[in-house]
Amino acid sequence: MTAARFTGISLAALATALLASAASAQTIYVSNEKDNTLSVIDGKTMAVTDTIKVGKRPRGITLSKDSTQLFICASDDHAVQVLDLASRKIVHNLPSGEDPEQFALSPDGKSLIIANEDSNIVTVVDVSSRKVAFQVDVGVEPEGMDVSPDGRWGVNTSETTSMVHWIDMEKRQVVDNTLVGPRPRYAQFTKDGSQLWVSSEIGGTVSVIDTATRKVTKVVDFHIKGVAKDRIQPVGVKLTDDGRYAFVALGPANHVAVVDAKTFEVKDYLLVGRRVWQLALTPDQKTLYTTNGVSGDVSVIDVDALKVTKTVKVGRYPWGVAVKG
Amino acid sequence: MTKPRLPGLLRSASLAALAAVLLAGTPDAGAAAQTAGADSISEIRIGLLSQTPEPPPSVANPDEPAADDGLAGATLAIADNNTTGKFLKQAFLLDSVEVPPDGDAAAALRELAGRGDRFVIVDAPGTTVEALSKLPEARNLLLLNANAPDDALRGGACAANLVHVAPSRAMLADALGQYLVKKRWPRWFLVTGRRPEDKLYADAIRRTAKRFGAQIVAEKEWTADSDVNRTAESEIPVFTQAKAYDVLIVADEVGEFGDYLSYRTADPRPVAGTQGLVPTVWHRTHEQWGAAQLQSRFKAAAKRPMTARDHNDWTAVRVVGEAAARTRSADPDRLIAFIQSPDFTMSAFRGAPLSLRPWDGQLRQPVLLAADRSVVSVSPQEGFLHPRTELDSLGYDQPETLCKTRGKTTP
Repeated sequence: MTAARFTGISLAALATALLASAASAQTIYVSNEKDNTLSVIDGKTMAVTDTIKVGKRPRGITLSKDSTQLFICASDDHAVQVLDLASRKIVHNLPSGEDPEQFALSPDGKSLIIANEDSNIVTVVDVSSRKVAFQVDVGVEPEGMDVSPDGRWGVNTSETTSMVHWIDMEKRQVVDNTLVGPRPRYAQFTKDGSQLWVSSEIGGTVSVIDTATRKVTKVVDFHIKGVAKDRIQPVGVKLTDDGRYAFVALGPANHVAVVDAKTFEVKDYLLVGRRVWQLALTPDQKTLYTTNGVSGDVSVIDVDALKVTKTVKVGRYPWGVAVKG
Repeated sequence: MTKPRLPGLLRSASLAALAAVLLAGTPDAGAAAQTAGADSISEIRIGLLSQTPEPPPSVANPDEPAADDGLAGATLAIADNNTTGKFLKQAFLLDSVEVPPDGDAAAALRELAGRGDRFVIVDAPGTTVEALSKLPEARNLLLLNANAPDDALRGGACAANLVHVAPSRAMLADALGQYLVKKRWPRWFLVTGRRPEDKLYADAIRRTAKRFGAQIVAEKEWTADSDVNRTAESEIPVFTQAKAYDVLIVADEVGEFGDYLSYRTADPRPVAGTQGLVPTVWHRTHEQWGAAQLQSRFKAAAKRPMTARDHNDWTAVRVVGEAAARTRSADPDRLIAFIQSPDFTMSAFRGAPLSLRPWDGQLRQPVLLAADRSVVSVSPQEGFLHPRTELDSLGYDQPETLCKTRGKTTP
């Protein structure tokens, strides 16, 4: 009875989504950490069109290379779930190691590198064979992950150790470590791979690291009038492909910083929802979405105008965000 | 009555663990193995001197503390430090010593110092902390007070070789008071136990009331020596008859009677202080700011939830580890100078970064306000502003400090 009704509803939702996607072609997926769901937002109407039940404590999410699947860190299920976006059904789980929190997909789309927060390990999973390729030991509470555009480096930040661990993907081992500010949360390479940007939540800074030398070359600091220094806690970072901006989510400071990615000067602070966490850019780079954990919503930012244009209510504790173009 | 927490006087449990790390870690320790052999690993020894006062015989405590309360936190922090240390070729060792309630703490400290421990975490009553800080053998050490909340240790009895990881009573009282004032519950009925530390807790509450504009509208001292467990239902309604108040604040640090006040007061009022809504550094339900990770890591290691005492000892060991990682040094003099400098900050899963107040050696920190099964709030509360950091709205600020012997440098 319930099952039949449920199918009916999601079919209708699916039909709506298909119609809408033909027009806008953009869909935003948001993981709700405390609801065990994903909210699906239509990029044109900015309305939540569906809520999909997923595993326990969903956090990091990312699209497959062909954008047909979404990988979901279901932290308390100790699995990475694979959601088929057409049917909106979990098709299988990938072995992820304990407590996966964040991950990154290699540029060839073949491997996911996953931070296992509770066991101080990074797990590399072969997506097609669904097997663990290898694991490496890293620092305490691994969190931020990225892979360099040339696929050579996997990087991981460990929160309590406060380091970036450089994993040589061919040698399958950590070959260098870069000390950054306390509690590094997120790492992203520039499009050309020459720099790695790393946020430090408790340090209140973003470190820019030269990939060739693995040395910190610049530390970006933030000051917002009327906000105490220790409430400025950078988490998510997104760099535009054209090298113009770096957007930095400042957590309980409730602002997104706009950093000139060439001069490293902070251009602006945009007021968003409460405890802004992760960010995602649309493929055309025109729109930035933020997850705001405490206010339970998503802010929509117009990248050219540097203005917040809309707020969309989602589930409890929105964490990860991914945009299908 | 008290069970010895550990077999033997001194143990170096982590020595074996360290050896394991060094042996096992070398092949897959990546950078460490690549650039240097295991022989270049520098060692940082940390002593833990614990002393647990004997509980008074009349206390009916349903939650007897675990035998490794405190020690388990220090042990986990050593493991955390070593995980980081393997990338920096640093190895941390813990020398743990348990001093009986009437034991010779000075002898224990000398033994730790003799082993080369320049950092000694003192998880003991304030009288022990003060006595140890004055020993000539302690002059070269950094003592990290991980337990005693006495404001006198941060005031008249402050010392250059002594830093305070545990919050003071004034900080705890301010943390609670800010919340009650924010709730507009400013009329307090203060009930104080008969022990000297209860009087100190009550003094801190009075100071808080004055600072934040609350009023102590009534005060009583709990002196009953009957078995409160049997008589509470008849005694407490009579005892708690007072003029109109918003919150009953209880000062009963050993837990002699405070737990019997809730639901038995003459007026239907909440209880806060040492029981009821409690200001504390840690609570088993705390999960914000990544705390869930520390909770699960601790639970996996110790097979029980982390207590406030565990957390204080964890933080004390992490202070040394953080300094060693930041300076990339194992030189104790360098680490001691760095810990006491304005550049030192660390994360401890309570939101704001921790750092040291130079005027009294107190670690600045947020304070949780916890009920039995939930964290109700975290102080400092919004609106209690401070030009330096809101954390300095808790406890003795620089202009009020009674510490004369520490440097006057501003942070």
